[in-house]
Amino acid sequence: MKKRTLSVVVENKPGVLTRVTTLFRRRGYNIDSLTVGATENPSISRMTIVVQGDARVIEQVTKQLYKLIDVIKIVDITKERAVERELVLIKVKADNNVRSEIVQIVDIFRARIVDIGRNSLIVEATGDSNKIDAIEDSLRPFGILELVRTGLVAMVRGGGSNEK
Amino acid sequence: MLLNGAQILLRCLKEEGVDTIFGYPGGAVLPIYDALYDSDIRHILTRHEQGAAHAADGYARVSGKVGVCIATSGPGATNLVTGIATAYMDSIPMVCFTGQVATPLLGRDAFQEADITGITLPITKHNYLVERTEDVARVVKEAFYIARTNRPGPVVVDLPKDVMEGTIDFKPVEGEVNIRSYRVLKGFNSGQVIAAVDLIKNAQQPVIYAGGGVIASNASQELRELAEKRKIPVTTTLMGMGSFPANHYLSLGMLGMHGTRYANYAVGECDVLVAVGVRFDDRVTGKIETFASHARIIHIDIDAAEIGKNVDVDVPIVGRVKEVLQAINQRLEPVDGMSEWHRTIERWKREYPLRYGPSCEGRIMPQHVVEKIYDLTQGEAIITTEVGQNQMWAAQYYKFKHPRRFLSSGGLGTMGYGFPAAIGAKIACPDLPVIDIAGDGSIQMNIQELATAVSYKLPIVVCILNNQFLGMVRQWQGLFYGGRYSYTDISYQPDFVKLAEAYGAVGMRVKEDKEVDAALVEALKVDDRPVLIDFWVEKEADVYPMVPPGGSLANMLGGE
Ligand SMILES: Cc1cc2nc3c(=O)[nH]c(=O)nc-3n(C[C@H](O)[C@H](O)[C@H](O)COP(=O)(O)OP(=O)(O)OC[C@H]3O[C@@H](n4cnc5c(N)ncnc54)[C@H](O)[C@@H]3O)c2cc1C
Ligand SMILES: Cc1ncc(C[n+]2csc(CCOP(=O)(O)OP(=O)(O)O)c2C)c(N)n1
Repeated sequence: MKKRTLSVVVENKPGVLTRVTTLFRRRGYNIDSLTVGATENPSISRMTIVVQGDARVIEQVTKQLYKLIDVIKIVDITKERAVERELVLIKVKADNNVRSEIVQIVDIFRARIVDIGRNSLIVEATGDSNKIDAIEDSLRPFGILELVRTGLVAMVRGGGSNEK
Repeated sequence: MLLNGAQILLRCLKEEGVDTIFGYPGGAVLPIYDALYDSDIRHILTRHEQGAAHAADGYARVSGKVGVCIATSGPGATNLVTGIATAYMDSIPMVCFTGQVATPLLGRDAFQEADITGITLPITKHNYLVERTEDVARVVKEAFYIARTNRPGPVVVDLPKDVMEGTIDFKPVEGEVNIRSYRVLKGFNSGQVIAAVDLIKNAQQPVIYAGGGVIASNASQELRELAEKRKIPVTTTLMGMGSFPANHYLSLGMLGMHGTRYANYAVGECDVLVAVGVRFDDRVTGKIETFASHARIIHIDIDAAEIGKNVDVDVPIVGRVKEVLQAINQRLEPVDGMSEWHRTIERWKREYPLRYGPSCEGRIMPQHVVEKIYDLTQGEAIITTEVGQNQMWAAQYYKFKHPRRFLSSGGLGTMGYGFPAAIGAKIACPDLPVIDIAGDGSIQMNIQELATAVSYKLPIVVCILNNQFLGMVRQWQGLFYGGRYSYTDISYQPDFVKLAEAYGAVGMRVKEDKEVDAALVEALKVDDRPVLIDFWVEKEADVYPMVPPGGSLANMLGGE
């Protein structure tokens, strides 16, 4: 199953997120991740939705989303040259024997340690989803106590725009 | 000018050309009802909010205008839900106003609070919770605009009590509605029109498959022009009934699960299928892989999301049926003479006409009642239906000549739709006979509306095809569940004649074939109250022909 990243520009109004998620649930589309946040224009929010499905499903998702009155613009940025970023916080088990090993991994991924506990560390990393998957895999053997990923945000590189 | 929210609401309704609304009062809408007291807007008081919603829907289908209903918060609003979903599935323009608790109480489980915008999210084209009196006028204007433009549909406007009571210095909203994220579709792709014209010109065995979109687009004339110019046989969906005259020599009647054999055969054999304002519903296509499998398909629809949703098409045209057909017609020269294709279809029509056997029980055959209704009204009446066998027999045996005369819940299949819809229809169109073809099950779902019809002196004729069963479900149990009639026997019934009389309506009972005609004639003469006729029909008559669910259109049961 292919993954697609849709950048969806919506009215910044109450209930818009519910409208979008209700649509996905009702029509049985699979959301991999969904982020929503403010933009340079306070009346507009941007959603970045990673959705699974073949070309037909993606076409339907797009058309059905457009029918929501509050959806202004949708761009499939999968094929665009885009910067994609996700942030993850990982609380990993870390007694003294393994700390230095973990620090090395953190360095390799250009991640950061943002909290040091007696037996654990919190690692913060940003990057595209592959990188986040990789750091997660590398830290898993030490024992991941807690993990939270933000989901993807994306922006088209250079002169292009998510809104075009 | 100082006005409160409720007064502003009514002014806006007048602006939209609304003269009739259907509703039911309650605490949260008291300010609105108080304003109605002085208004010349006609309010039809139903006996259940579901009745109000279906009546507004029936009014909309017949008049082509936006139907309007109103209910109080909480249970009033939730009682509208089935009516809203019914309109949504059939793309009917409606604006439904619901009362709501005052804004400071929202979210606190206040008395009669229900999150109606949340509840109706998946069954409305759009909905609004109005939080300030200042927003009332703009929201109402947008609601009507959204309901009637592009693909029509219901819009809910939730009105908290304090928003209706609040007083502001009112200024009407000037200018056209402007919603940056919603644009009315303009034009169409003319390259696609040329591609469609090419296909049609070269077709040897074309068929037109016409639906609700033709009616929504008021495009019957254009459809007829296309059919007649190129001598293309036309089949309609249940929703497209009347978009093409059923007594026309090119008419194939309805297609699909209970369509005619000749319509389904023609679709199976055609080389070009012109799909006009239809949504390839599973009741129509049967097994998708075998649907029109020899055909190149042209699909005209206003909703881009309908294109390719269920079936891949060769020439998609996103646009209004009326404009697109005009463009196509302009580019086509008339052909004359009948081809081999027409002769094949004529043969199918002769070999497989709609037909039904004699009664096994010496009772009236339900199809006979519908035929008689047709004979007496000559296809000019407005027919509403309930859901089930009654609905299918109405579609099969009443030959509709005009659009907006057949009102039936196609998409949701709502039992209890037909009678309140008939009320809306009669109010929209008092000069035409209005007849609800009903089942004994369905009619009991909104029977309370007899009080409405009596109080407004509406001469609607309800024809109950009383088989003492939930007939359509019994039919499926007979065919697919080994005849195990689990809970479909509803022979314990009220005395429908006495029931009608108790409400102040006319009640009649007809048990014999030879009385059918006279009873209908008499019923159609009544001009000041509803008439309910209880036809005792064959108990176990089935609707044929039939494509078993998921089967292919070529393999129909019955009616050989
Ligand atoms: C018991 C039962 C049995 C049934 N059996 C059958 C059956 O045998 N055969 C059958 O046909 N149906 C049957 N139905 C009905 C069926 O479920 C569907 O409701 C019906 O087939 C849909 O009709 P339609 O395709 O015309 O679409 P509609 O629901 O009428 O939709 C209209 C389409 O037109 C488009 N449109 C609207 N306005 C415009 C415009 N201005 N320009 C362009 N496009 C526009 C819309 O976007 C939509 O795609 C049955 C229903 C029940 C309850
Ligand atoms: C509100 C609702 N509940 C249940 C159904 C399922 N259903 C479809 S047809 C049918 C039987 C209808 O019986 P009746 O009104 O007597 O009509 P008949 O089929 O006998 O003509 C039922 C129960 C439905 N369509 N709508």
